Amino acid sequence: MLEYARWKYVLVGVVLLLALIFALPNVFGDDPAVQVARKDRAPVAADAESKIEAYLKERSITFEKGFTDNGRVMLRFPNVPEQLKARDAVNDQFKDTYVTALSFASRAPEIFRRLGLRPMPLGLDLRGGLYLLYQVDVNGAVNQWLEGYAQDARRALATANIPFKDVTLTTTGSSDRPNAIRIVLPPEADANAARTALSQPMQGAQISTDSLASGSAIVATLTPAQIKERQDYAIQQNITTLRNRVNELGVSEPIVQRQGLDRINVQLPGVQNSAEVKDILGKVATLEFRLEDMNNSAYEAAASGHAPIGSKLYTHTRMNRPLLLKREIIATGDQLTNATSTQTQEGPAVSIKLDARGGEAMLKTTRANLKKRMAVVLIEKRRETSEVNGQKVTKDVTDEQVINDATIQGIFSNNFQITGLSSGEARELALLLRSGSLSTPIYVIEERAVGPSVGKENIDKGIHALIIGMLGVFVFMAIYYKTFGLVADVVLLANVVLLAALLSMMRASLSLPGIAGIILTVGMAVDANVLIYERIREEVRKGVSPQAAIRAGFEKAFSAIADSNVTTLIAGVVLWVMGTGPIRGFAVVLTLGIATSLFTALMGSRALITLMYGGKRKLTALSI
Amino acid sequence: MEFFKKQTNFPFMATRKVWYTLSAVLMVGSAVSFMTRGLNLGIDFTGGIGASATFSQAVNVEEVRSNLVAAGFKEPQAQTFGTSREVAIRLPPEAEQNVTATRSKLEGALKSIDRTAEVKQVDVVGPQVGNELKTSAVWALALTLLGIFIYIAFRFHTWRLSLGAILAVLHDPILVLGIFSITQTSFDLAVVAAILAVIGYSLNDTVVVFDRIRERLETNRRLPPEVVLDQSINQTLSRTIMTKVVTSIVVVALLFLGGPVLRGFSEALIIGIVAGTYSSIYISSAIALDCGLTAEHVFPSEKKAALDHLP
Repeated sequence: MLEYARWKYVLVGVVLLLALIFALPNVFGDDPAVQVARKDRAPVAADAESKIEAYLKERSITFEKGFTDNGRVMLRFPNVPEQLKARDAVNDQFKDTYVTALSFASRAPEIFRRLGLRPMPLGLDLRGGLYLLYQVDVNGAVNQWLEGYAQDARRALATANIPFKDVTLTTTGSSDRPNAIRIVLPPEADANAARTALSQPMQGAQISTDSLASGSAIVATLTPAQIKERQDYAIQQNITTLRNRVNELGVSEPIVQRQGLDRINVQLPGVQNSAEVKDILGKVATLEFRLEDMNNSAYEAAASGHAPIGSKLYTHTRMNRPLLLKREIIATGDQLTNATSTQTQEGPAVSIKLDARGGEAMLKTTRANLKKRMAVVLIEKRRETSEVNGQKVTKDVTDEQVINDATIQGIFSNNFQITGLSSGEARELALLLRSGSLSTPIYVIEERAVGPSVGKENIDKGIHALIIGMLGVFVFMAIYYKTFGLVADVVLLANVVLLAALLSMMRASLSLPGIAGIILTVGMAVDANVLIYERIREEVRKGVSPQAAIRAGFEKAFSAIADSNVTTLIAGVVLWVMGTGPIRGFAVVLTLGIATSLFTALMGSRALITLMYGGKRKLTALSI
Repeated sequence: MEFFKKQTNFPFMATRKVWYTLSAVLMVGSAVSFMTRGLNLGIDFTGGIGASATFSQAVNVEEVRSNLVAAGFKEPQAQTFGTSREVAIRLPPEAEQNVTATRSKLEGALKSIDRTAEVKQVDVVGPQVGNELKTSAVWALALTLLGIFIYIAFRFHTWRLSLGAILAVLHDPILVLGIFSITQTSFDLAVVAAILAVIGYSLNDTVVVFDRIRERLETNRRLPPEVVLDQSINQTLSRTIMTKVVTSIVVVALLFLGGPVLRGFSEALIIGIVAGTYSSIYISSAIALDCGLTAEHVFPSEKKAALDHLP
């Protein structure tokens, strides 16, 4: 007699039932869809869908009933031409309120979506779109931090009344003691007092004192932990910013994620025009608020080309005149919490809100400098590549322009306006500032565009190969192992369902290598069954009774199945952890596939076989 | 249906010198080709621009090439892939790398050949990405092998089997690299994934044989190791062949139906599966034997316990 514990039957049954439910949304397929979202990212009104659909009807564009999800309307269409017509129509009619994006909507009944059951998201190679890989200039981020440090140091020494000659930075890449600031003190200054004054702003850094021929120098070096922290912060901040900007683009289901140490990958399904996207995503713009240097003549400085100590020479772009600004920065774009374009009596303006720290600094400055002038500097960074003597040279270009300067008319803190812009400029500046400043420059190092028809083709080919491959395996197993082969076929099918359910639950996007992984899993999942069946055949050949042979087959095959799968699992996990893009997609499926095939072969097939043969008392031969 | 109705009895161990020689020849051949011809690395590794385009009828790649040169592309490469209506185009890295601009320029050049030409995909990869990929692929390989060495040494209590498994398994990617280098098939990221999968599968076979060896050594301590190894391989032979046949069914389906994107991937898998089956039958156990494998290595403590019970 063969027996199998009741709880194991229940477990197998429950797991398979859940798997079926989770995998089910995948069988319905997709409709072409247009996603409509509000420009200001607020959720759409409750009647937005019916309004838009009424308009489509008016334009006699055929559509299927859409739905509102996550504050966005999804319009569905029977075919791609109607989808494109509808997008253009909505863009024309609702230009000011909505942004649209081409998308896909699952054909699964409403109830699935309400329960949170969704099909596997498709990777870019299966649905078309744009893939961008950005390199983040993490060293630039560290240098920026050093600049802030240097400024704090100047301020601390000035407050403590300690004279100093010069504050310099040694940046990453420079040979001697990188990532440090060096403060040169004159002979009369008390180095120890300076160290005490600096201990607060330089917290955490390594501080040392050098004796010079005249006077001394204090060097504060960033620790590796501080550098790492700063780099991580820069990447995290840039990811947030990119997410915000991607959202402004209105792309449906975008992916923005960190890749490796200093990369960010951005996947935009349905997008084809890379130039426009790169322009909006990659723009590094930050603001600096600085006081004007009223004691020196800007024209003199412009003529000599030298700015007085403590000041920097700028050009006012629109007015086309030189300006001298003090080196101290009152507030920067990092401290900005909101920026909106508005209309004021003085014309278009950008209304700015700062965080508490920025507001405090602004309050202090405006109180002390009433009736003096303050300027707003817009800093944009980009990377230029040019060819010099046949060699490619890339250099970072920073454009610093004064976009506005005005007399401080009143005391204000965290809430004020920048005026003197055209209405277009005000809108663009507000958008750039609102979607966060990319404080650290980023550069595209890889970009891939997949046409939508290629995606469709890839899916069809992948699914075709999967079906034919599975059929081949099913027929072969049924011929080779007869009834037991059919059991293996059922188990294999359950395995694919389980794998699809897991992938749908994890929301891991499926790519062509992922489909290849599923196909391979089918091939390999057979292995566990083969090990068991060959073992049963061996036992039968030895003359063991059928039921004892089945039991022995499962038990003796177990260690071989476990060990052989663990070794494959090691390869899968390494690929998963180290791989990116297509390799990772493959590894995820491979690894999950090993887990599901272990479960179905060891528990599922045993349950099924016990059910078939367990109760039969007079079993004389096995169909194997 | 059964492949082997009767228990086979091939003398794998006695003939191992033959298989060592065969493997050595294959390895040396692969290494020589790899060093002299190198691999036809895809843009994943070299950086540059890759594009694919379709035409409504068969197209002459030379014409495509000359049209691209006329349109101002430097050193364009063009070859058909999949069908004679699909062309893969490869361009060296350019200063101004931009998918959209490249696409419209390409489309312009191709439309002059065939008005229905369509550029389906454009990839631009920076050179730094490629260099890193090479290093990370080597690291992934090294880490996988190390993990497996440790696991087998732990489960089977002897480094002799670990070494046999690792050497047998190294054999397979080297052969795949060799054949890819001889045929100059495009080597991209998907092929790397396939090679690592091949390592996993080849080990799978090896470990199943080792598992049988462990079982047989435990029950037949008196038999010489050669006999036990031969028996173990013969007893698992039916399963080894059977599993490979089934896996080959799906891989062949992938090769013919998966489209050009998965072609290199499927080819690497097929070569790897054949090589892996060979190496786990003929090489892995033989190496363990030549390292002096005996039952004591696998069951040291139990052997001692058994002696204690002697009168």
